[in-house]
Amino acid sequence: MTPHMLTRSLDRGATIFLLVVAAIGVLIPLSNLLLPTGSFLHVPTYLVALWGKYVCYAILALSIDLIWGYCGILSLGHGAFFALGGYAMGMYLMRQIGTRGVYGNPILPDFMVFLNYPKLPWYWHGFDMFWFAALMVIVVPGLLAFCFGWLAFRSRVTGVYLSIITQAMTYALLLGFFRNDFGFGGNNGLTDFKDILGFNVQADGTRATLFMLSCLALIIGFLICRSIVSSKLGKVLIAIRDAESRTRFLGYRVESYKLFVFTVSACMAGVAGALYVPQVGIINPSEFAPGNSIEAVIWVAVGGRGTLVGAALGAVVVNYAKTFFTSGMLAPYWLFMLGALFILVTLLLPKGIVGTFNSWWEPWKAKKESAAEVSAAAEDGVTEPKMAE
Amino acid sequence: MLANLPARLCTLALSLFLIAFALPAMAGPFEDAVAKFANDDFSDTDAAIGVVASSGNPLAFPIISALKDGRLMADADSKKVYVTGTDGKSVDAATGAAVASVPASASAVRLNNRLRRTVDAALGGLTLLSPDVATRIQAAQSVFKSHEESALPVVESALAKETNKTAKTALSEARAAIILFKPDASEVDKLEAVATIKSRGDQEAMAFLTGIGSDQPASVKAGAASAIASIQSSLAVWSGVQNAWYGLSLGSVLLLAAIGLAITFGVMGVINMAHGEMVMLGAYTTFVVQEVIRTRYPGLFDYSLLIAVPLAFLVAGAIGVLIERSIIRFLYGRPLETLLATWGLSLVLQQAVRTMFGPTNREVGNPSWMSGAFELGQITITYNRLWILVFTLAVFAILLAMLRYTALGLEMRAVTQNRRMAASMGIATSRVDALTFGLGSGIAGIAGVALSQIDNVSPNLGQSYIIDSFMVVVFGGVGNLWGTLVGAFTLGIANKFLEPVAGAVLGKIAILVLIILFIQKRPRGLFALKGRAVEA
Repeated sequence: MTPHMLTRSLDRGATIFLLVVAAIGVLIPLSNLLLPTGSFLHVPTYLVALWGKYVCYAILALSIDLIWGYCGILSLGHGAFFALGGYAMGMYLMRQIGTRGVYGNPILPDFMVFLNYPKLPWYWHGFDMFWFAALMVIVVPGLLAFCFGWLAFRSRVTGVYLSIITQAMTYALLLGFFRNDFGFGGNNGLTDFKDILGFNVQADGTRATLFMLSCLALIIGFLICRSIVSSKLGKVLIAIRDAESRTRFLGYRVESYKLFVFTVSACMAGVAGALYVPQVGIINPSEFAPGNSIEAVIWVAVGGRGTLVGAALGAVVVNYAKTFFTSGMLAPYWLFMLGALFILVTLLLPKGIVGTFNSWWEPWKAKKESAAEVSAAAEDGVTEPKMAE
Repeated sequence: MLANLPARLCTLALSLFLIAFALPAMAGPFEDAVAKFANDDFSDTDAAIGVVASSGNPLAFPIISALKDGRLMADADSKKVYVTGTDGKSVDAATGAAVASVPASASAVRLNNRLRRTVDAALGGLTLLSPDVATRIQAAQSVFKSHEESALPVVESALAKETNKTAKTALSEARAAIILFKPDASEVDKLEAVATIKSRGDQEAMAFLTGIGSDQPASVKAGAASAIASIQSSLAVWSGVQNAWYGLSLGSVLLLAAIGLAITFGVMGVINMAHGEMVMLGAYTTFVVQEVIRTRYPGLFDYSLLIAVPLAFLVAGAIGVLIERSIIRFLYGRPLETLLATWGLSLVLQQAVRTMFGPTNREVGNPSWMSGAFELGQITITYNRLWILVFTLAVFAILLAMLRYTALGLEMRAVTQNRRMAASMGIATSRVDALTFGLGSGIAGIAGVALSQIDNVSPNLGQSYIIDSFMVVVFGGVGNLWGTLVGAFTLGIANKFLEPVAGAVLGKIAILVLIILFIQKRPRGLFALKGRAVEA
């Protein structure tokens, strides 16, 4: 059943996307590890870390596209789930430092010694075990999303109201994590990591492996999203996006569908954050900043909402542009460009890159294949959804 | 100068005592004493200081202070003494009559170290008797703190003469403080003193009563304990009042920032993420107006805000209309996209201001009528906060009247209630939209003028208000300005009452969480528009 569902859901674009991600995930680490430093094709380690960051952003974008593109839930607080996953991983990495910290305390991380914590806070227990931390990476964001979504969807908070309260949620977390007595390192956050599962986080091999894992996570995340949106459940989600009341009148429990997809999306964002932290080497409260979450939404808009492939592509394109422009002499103009991107994409390119490409490509393809492929046309309804009200 | 006042008072009291016996009878004691300065004899000068200081004559203070600074000129031949003011003009010390010039034969009255101490003490006593009320009150408060027994006679004589009510209270409190610490004071007096201090009722009085020591009679101790308890409970009330005032003040700021947002959101269903930047533009308009005034017309500085208010309204309003015409009208019916586009716009506006004015804070001054503070009971109210509250309520009232009594207001309300029906009735909804957006932005600009008075004017000014403003609008409900008013003040007051309990940050988090929970109960806010429309 599952393999059938997967093959059925994969159209040509998705297949190309998966192949590209897999190729990048294998080739970049190999080139970094095996080719000599001077070689033309050698990828330096800093680029591996940078692209690893992009891949994590792509997973986050995917999770946003799942709820925004397919269910019409615009979350302006997805950065919170990303950061919570990151903190869970960061806590594991902090516990791994052990006696190698500045104060050499075997149990307490440096900042706790510095802040005179008598003992480890209860919520730090268990994070010395990787399996527990890995579980928390999924459970904590998922649980928050479940509680938040349960409250919000049940009382039919929709549209901009939902967007605003998700923003308030991440803002509240931002304020909280900035506090020293919250037990998460205050505004310095968690950093100075040494080991992950016994491997040095700075080592080339670890970085390459993390990159590979990120690409794998992107592929798995993509497949999960695909299987959700191309299933019957996915059709209901699209119906909710396009006419929520009508779907409810038809007898579907709209809030359960929304809650499910919102929670899945939050778990994915958490995983993205967890992969992000060891590659970047730090997690601090600024990840909760409302601006970050909104920026993640624009990646999806640029790439094309409701396309999945577009979300991942948008994340990479926008972040590549950000790296490119903020490092050069154009740095003061980056915010102008980012702002203009927000405005122009919503005004001129509402379907995003991939959506626009599809709307050019599909009619041409349809003409070529004529009416023979009826099932393909049915799928196009999935891959190229109409914009919601 | 006030620091060692008790010591000076002590000396003064001593010298008064000496004078009373050494110079039993003199006709026109003040004039005679003044003439003694001309003798150029240290003991005569000493005696003269004592008499002058205790005379209560309005010239006493200028004479003694002139003596201290070497500005008291005496002519040994004519026995005339002159006070040369710091401005170079001279008066006759005995009569106070102005004189054209001091004779060349006159020389400054000399002092030695012992006399300098006497002079200082006399000046200290004179501040209790000073013609200036503020100086007297200050002197009395300093006696209250030091409760030096030797100051009692001076305090009592000052108290007898005192006519100003505030100064009288301060003096009687000073007297009570002395009596409480005087070992040989009667129990009745001490109890009375406790009552006096209790009526003062502030933190300081409480601290004073707590520290009266254990060698007091039992009844005094009990009286003090009950006084402390009653002060405590009255202080609790006052701190409640103070929190309420801070809350009102914060609420007025929130209301000012949110009111424009409420209008645009209510009428157009548009979440304008660039709203905070309109506030910022208003603040920068104020800055520019003040710069121009400073360089060209410094005399107009007190009117700078009056000039800035309409200008900020026009600047922000014009930019608002421009934004509506060029971006937002293409996005109607897509509120989530509007949200993103306006967020982008806010980034552009912030960066533009950062490029033009620099990333640092710019200084915006308070006009004289907005600086300073006054006391109300146990709380201090600053004028700028008070004016902002008044201003906010005025803006609210004007807006309310506008919505109610003007044609545009009628059209706006119609569009808020039912856009399509309004359009069918011949209302040009797109014109209403543009004007509404302009109005909302213009009000944000005005808010910027007010906020420039209490906050840093920097490119990030707007961002710090935007989330709070959203909370107000979401909490208060859409399409009803009263909802915004109630929402803003409720949030403001709740925030300030939570702050002392939970701390500033946790208080804010608690508020956010409460709002998120509140939205569950009432998804459309406190004052939701009732209608038949089903949300899609």
